[in-house]
Amino acid sequence: MATVDLKDVRKVYAGGVEAVKGVSIAIPDKALCVLVGPSGCGKSTLLRMIAGLETISAGTCSIDGKVVNAIGPTERDIAMVFQNYALYPHMKVYDNMAYGLRNRGTPKDEIDKRVRATAQTLELEHLLERRPRELSGGQRQRVAMGRAIVRNPKVFLFDEPLSNLDAKLRGQMRVEIKSLQRKLGVTSVYVTHDQLEAMTLADVLVVMNAGLVEQLGAPLDIYEKPASTFVASFIGAPPMNLLPLRGGQLEDAITLPEVSGNATMIGFRPEDCEVGADGATSSDGLRLMARVDGVEPVGSESFLYCAAGGGKIVVRVAGRTEVLVGDQLPIFARREKLHFFGSDGKRV
Amino acid sequence: MSPRVVFPNKILPYLLVAPQLAITLVFFYWPASQALRQSMLREDPFGLSSKFVWFDNFKKVLSDPNYLNSIQVTAIFSVSVAAVAMGTALLLAVMAEKVVRSRNLYRTLMIWPYAVAPAIAGMLWLFLFNPSIGSLAYGLRWLGINWDPLLDGEHAMALVVAAASWKQISYNFLFFVAGLQAIPKTLIEAAAIDGAGENKRFWTIVFPLLAPTTFFLLVVNTVYAFFDTFGIIHAVTGGGPGKSTETLVYKVYNDGFVNLILGDSAAQSVILMVIVIALTAIQFRYVEKKVHYG
Ligand SMILES: Nc1ncnc2c1ncn2[C@@H]1O[C@H](COP(=O)(O)OP(=O)(O)O)[C@@H](O)[C@H]1O
Ligand SMILES: [Mg+2]
Repeated sequence: MATVDLKDVRKVYAGGVEAVKGVSIAIPDKALCVLVGPSGCGKSTLLRMIAGLETISAGTCSIDGKVVNAIGPTERDIAMVFQNYALYPHMKVYDNMAYGLRNRGTPKDEIDKRVRATAQTLELEHLLERRPRELSGGQRQRVAMGRAIVRNPKVFLFDEPLSNLDAKLRGQMRVEIKSLQRKLGVTSVYVTHDQLEAMTLADVLVVMNAGLVEQLGAPLDIYEKPASTFVASFIGAPPMNLLPLRGGQLEDAITLPEVSGNATMIGFRPEDCEVGADGATSSDGLRLMARVDGVEPVGSESFLYCAAGGGKIVVRVAGRTEVLVGDQLPIFARREKLHFFGSDGKRV
Repeated sequence: MSPRVVFPNKILPYLLVAPQLAITLVFFYWPASQALRQSMLREDPFGLSSKFVWFDNFKKVLSDPNYLNSIQVTAIFSVSVAAVAMGTALLLAVMAEKVVRSRNLYRTLMIWPYAVAPAIAGMLWLFLFNPSIGSLAYGLRWLGINWDPLLDGEHAMALVVAAASWKQISYNFLFFVAGLQAIPKTLIEAAAIDGAGENKRFWTIVFPLLAPTTFFLLVVNTVYAFFDTFGIIHAVTGGGPGKSTETLVYKVYNDGFVNLILGDSAAQSVILMVIVIALTAIQFRYVEKKVHYG
């Protein structure tokens, strides 16, 4: 049980690459913090600094109120699940899970009890005598989880643990990781590039971009109030529609609410669009004409890919749709669902 | 199954392998069969006639105390060479992993000894440890060791082991470096997070994962110590003092070419041939099967 505190943490690699450029995050006890961002933005680097696998170039990392900058990974009492699982190939599943306990001098019968209890939780009992190469991808993932859980560490670290699984398994494991983390109440840091994983898992969501924190907060707050166009287009699928404003005006707009002075970009989510809404006035929201370029029926919903307002937008409609390619439609978005961004990309 | 090339012409494939076959026949099967025949012949003292004696030469060789001594010498020599050459190479390879700057230069320097001919390597060590002029012999004497490989059999053995190992370290080093590089870094990191210190990580993770490399090198080094060290022994001790460094291969040469007891020498060659076949079989069975994890 521990808090994790990062204060202005930086990482400059030997080659001169500045991978993390001053990140401050305070993770409360028992919370699941998700770092999300595009590939190469420094998520893994940050996680590896918390683990002690990379030195911290500047700033401090504290676990449970104690600065750990100078403490190696061996003494930090953390557990990590790697993207490739990093199971010891020459050891049976049992020994993979027991390894960390043995290194810490846990008595033999205690080890046995804990390994078996963990194996039961993760439904791994029948696999204990197998070697990693005799397991499927999903089973390996569970063993990697088991190896982390069995030690009962202060902090769990996950580096894209689900990215090697197929979509269905990924969904199952996501739910399972969340409920396990809740049950065990261990402070966790979870790295992913998948915004859906990030949204569903996080207590604290950290959106990173190019070595910096772009936005930090509760997932739904970030979804509802993205701090920048980067966050707006990264969180949510399909991403938010962003259209350029020229002198406070939008091309093709039929009605447009008053734009705050310096906004150069207007945004609205595909799921906040309504088709039609005739008779709406500018005080109700945005209405603009769109030409349908493509229709994607998914079953439960359909996506209309349109050209409008001098750009491309996506519109979500529930269920089936009668709309055809080439149709001209009025699209309506409520005023409270509109987002405005300045020329620096920040929310105004 | 791997795809097979099918030649439309029936004779062409045989023509293509003919040169290789001819070389093998002329330089291996023919001399081997000669040795086999010779091992069952016994010559009269003047070398004028020989008669067929079946396995008498083998019986004689195997009950000869000198031959049994030679087996013992070879065993001690091979085990020592394999242990010293592999142990040192592994140590150097592990240290080379940690070198960050000019790592390649370091590796290149490590590989050079392999290019030195066995006899020259032997001479080098002979000079270094020559009791009267060798600088390292001087150091040993200074340490209070009465160093004299010309009279003391154990000293002579230590000298040939050192010379033979030194040459093989480069080869082993290359394989160990490659083996170490093939171990995923995340495994070492996972072990560190699992609370294993550096030493523990080496013995519980790195060393077991190097097992295929180690096993391969064990076979290669044994074969090397058996058969490729003739030049070194010939240059350094000539099998002496007494017969304290006379390995099986050296004894074949001594009996056959120096003492001209052709029957005995041939019988010894055949025994060696059986040993090589056994070693090769072991290598094929375990190494070619690739003892790999994944
Ligand atoms: N060991 C390293 N040496 C030098 N540069 C590195 C190293 N590891 C990562 N980087 C660089 O640091 C940046 C961030 O990498 P990383 O943290 O792995 O990103 P992410 O996990 O978000 O995809 C990248 O530009 C990457 O090239
Ligand atoms: Mg990464």
